[in-house]
Amino acid sequence: MAEERIFAEDLSKQFDEFWAVDGISFQVQAGKVMVLLGPNGAGKTTTVRMLTSILKPTRGQARVAGYDVVRQPEKVRGSVGVLTEHHGLYSRMSSVEYLVFYGELYGLKPRVCKERIDLLLDQFGLDFARKKRLGEYSKGMRQKLALVRAMLHDPPILLLDEPTSAMDPESARMVRDAIQKLRSAERTIVLCTHNLAEAEELADQIAIIRQGKIILEGDLQEVKAELMGPPEYDIRLAGELNGQMIELPEGVTLIQKGSNWLRVRVPHPESDNPRLLRRLLDLHLEVFSLHEVPRSLEQVYMHAMGQPEGRP
Amino acid sequence: MIAALNQLGPALLVTRREVRDQFRDWRIILPIFMLTIFFPFLMNFTARQALGFVQRYGASIIGERMVPFLLMIVGFFPISVSLVIALETFVGEKERGSIEPLLNSPLKDWQLYLGKLLAATIPPLISSFLGMAVYLIGLARENVPLPPTDMLVQIVAITIVQALVMVSGAVVVSTQATSVRAANLLASFIIIPAAVLIQGESILMFWGNYQTLWWAVFGLAILGLLLMRVGLAHFQREELLGREIDVLNLRWGWSMFRKAFTGEAHNPKEWLLREVSRTVRRLALPIVLVTLLVAVGAWLGTREVQHFSLSLEQGGLVDLDERLNSALSAWPAFALRPVLIIWWQNIRVLVLSMLLGMFSFGVLGVLPTMATVGIAGYLMNLLTVNGIAPWYYLVGFIIPHGVFEIPAAIIASAAVLRMGAVLATPTPGKTIGEVWIGALADWLKVMLGLIIPLLFLAAAVEVWVTPRLAIWLFR
Repeated sequence: MAEERIFAEDLSKQFDEFWAVDGISFQVQAGKVMVLLGPNGAGKTTTVRMLTSILKPTRGQARVAGYDVVRQPEKVRGSVGVLTEHHGLYSRMSSVEYLVFYGELYGLKPRVCKERIDLLLDQFGLDFARKKRLGEYSKGMRQKLALVRAMLHDPPILLLDEPTSAMDPESARMVRDAIQKLRSAERTIVLCTHNLAEAEELADQIAIIRQGKIILEGDLQEVKAELMGPPEYDIRLAGELNGQMIELPEGVTLIQKGSNWLRVRVPHPESDNPRLLRRLLDLHLEVFSLHEVPRSLEQVYMHAMGQPEGRP
Repeated sequence: MIAALNQLGPALLVTRREVRDQFRDWRIILPIFMLTIFFPFLMNFTARQALGFVQRYGASIIGERMVPFLLMIVGFFPISVSLVIALETFVGEKERGSIEPLLNSPLKDWQLYLGKLLAATIPPLISSFLGMAVYLIGLARENVPLPPTDMLVQIVAITIVQALVMVSGAVVVSTQATSVRAANLLASFIIIPAAVLIQGESILMFWGNYQTLWWAVFGLAILGLLLMRVGLAHFQREELLGREIDVLNLRWGWSMFRKAFTGEAHNPKEWLLREVSRTVRRLALPIVLVTLLVAVGAWLGTREVQHFSLSLEQGGLVDLDERLNSALSAWPAFALRPVLIIWWQNIRVLVLSMLLGMFSFGVLGVLPTMATVGIAGYLMNLLTVNGIAPWYYLVGFIIPHGVFEIPAAIIASAAVLRMGAVLATPTPGKTIGEVWIGALADWLKVMLGLIIPLLFLAAAVEVWVTPRLAIWLFR
């Protein structure tokens, strides 16, 4: 089993009378990308701030890279790279000056720092602008530079809060590609977003937060199955059904049918689909194609958001 | 030692970056440059003209005293820029969101605070010293006599502590604002006292009371350190990012106060027995400290007899019999009016103590009690030096009501002292406002639950018992 890099149990944060985060628990293993999905004000940023030891949890506990967020805040912050919603750049500095400053803060040796800066600026396509003032950078370039800053000390954990919010599609694509490049077996990424396409593209596991509570959590397929039932398959037949009644294998449910097609729900595709195909062949119904009906994360999300309080 | 220096390293990195950034901003550079070069020349010209003018009328002393005064002004103007830099560096970063990556770094809160504090203090101070140098060189070139070295040292010291007070004050303001606009509004709490301070220092300079000016340096240094302590106590990641504090929320303030005031009590009896006694227990350390300070006050009072010795007649200690009798006729037994007058006076003094303490970290709040006991100490020693045993007077005039009044005053002063102390104490998860509201509720709790009843008892004893006891003793 892969090493657990982020562990949160009953993590909660109260501001005055308001519980911004209320008893969330999750774990993320090394090499995984976890996406925290939720509307504005759901508690995503507060969760990230607790995981970076900026905010102290009112209740519960969390460990990041093996360090306790309350007792070992400096160790935690040294182990994570954080991309905040606001890029937080200094407009009168050049990118190299800016990165050298952060490299020194993270205790990088000058030679290592220079190597990392050269490598990352090149990797993120910012090398050409290394001497430009950051005030002259476009929004996409700024966000990429903020990502470079988060990556500079090569942290095992990356926490990315709304990395593409308020960006034009091209810049957002650039940043998503950049995040894809950061995936590795050694790195754990937590991404907060309300962009469902982004989440679907990048997530190994997702957690949907609403009003400070996780209402759904798991890997993408698990979540879909839990929320919307077993996967559905469309079967196209080479010939007509001609009103023929079909007795399906046990567990497989017919949802809809047409003159030359069927839509079925299959709880265990690995074992049920071969049996289903054999049955159709036994009935002399030749199968032209079989494919899973795509169910977008958007459907899952909207379904989850439509549920009353608690786990759907 | 080396470990401590290593800990300073990250703070100095922040300072270096901020200073470099400031020197790229013409809005900061221009005023600093103007105040370093042009303003000293102007002051130079003013000094020469003033000297020439007053010498014509034989009032050369005014001119002589104007030279160091203008030096102080030349030093003060550039450091006033430090306030702007401090607000910008603390709140500006918060407002632009550029502070969050810093908070996500392994920097400790104090390192970030110190780095920014130095960044806001050092460039204006350097500018200030350069301006003073330009001013002095200009005077020397015109053969105007320069102030003596010890006075120069004094003015440099004043400039440094003023910068420290302004910047550390600005940081306290910054912790309570999430926008530069709000911080600028709050900055009047620094600018106005600083202007008053300069006026006070000017008076001392023209008066020629340079020794007292050292006390001003000392007082400002203490104030600067206290403000730094408060700033450090409240410059926490949690407070910087965790909440929106610009909005005036009276309902929230009232609910906080009510919660702190009533505590867990469900009825007045519970409140009195549990909450008030719990609050008094919380005041244990301040009570000990105030008791010590009051003892020091009494001792200082006894010493003052050496400097301000009076005859018994001047001290109002003759014809006691007659005066006590007239007091008795004015205060008949069980008359309520004199009791209420004394009661109200004592309450007023303690409310004044609280108001004084509110603006001085609780320190001035102890003064009225110290002063009262100091006067009593003075009078007792006055009797001693006049060959009269003070114990009769102590028993006859002070102890009967003093046993209620003095502890009441000590506890009230302790609550005020604590009010100031909690501001300078780190309280994770609480803003300055929350901490202060809690301390104010504690003060009111002990006032209503303990002090005011004790003061009533003291006033009643003072009117009904003390004069009669005194007459019995002195007859």
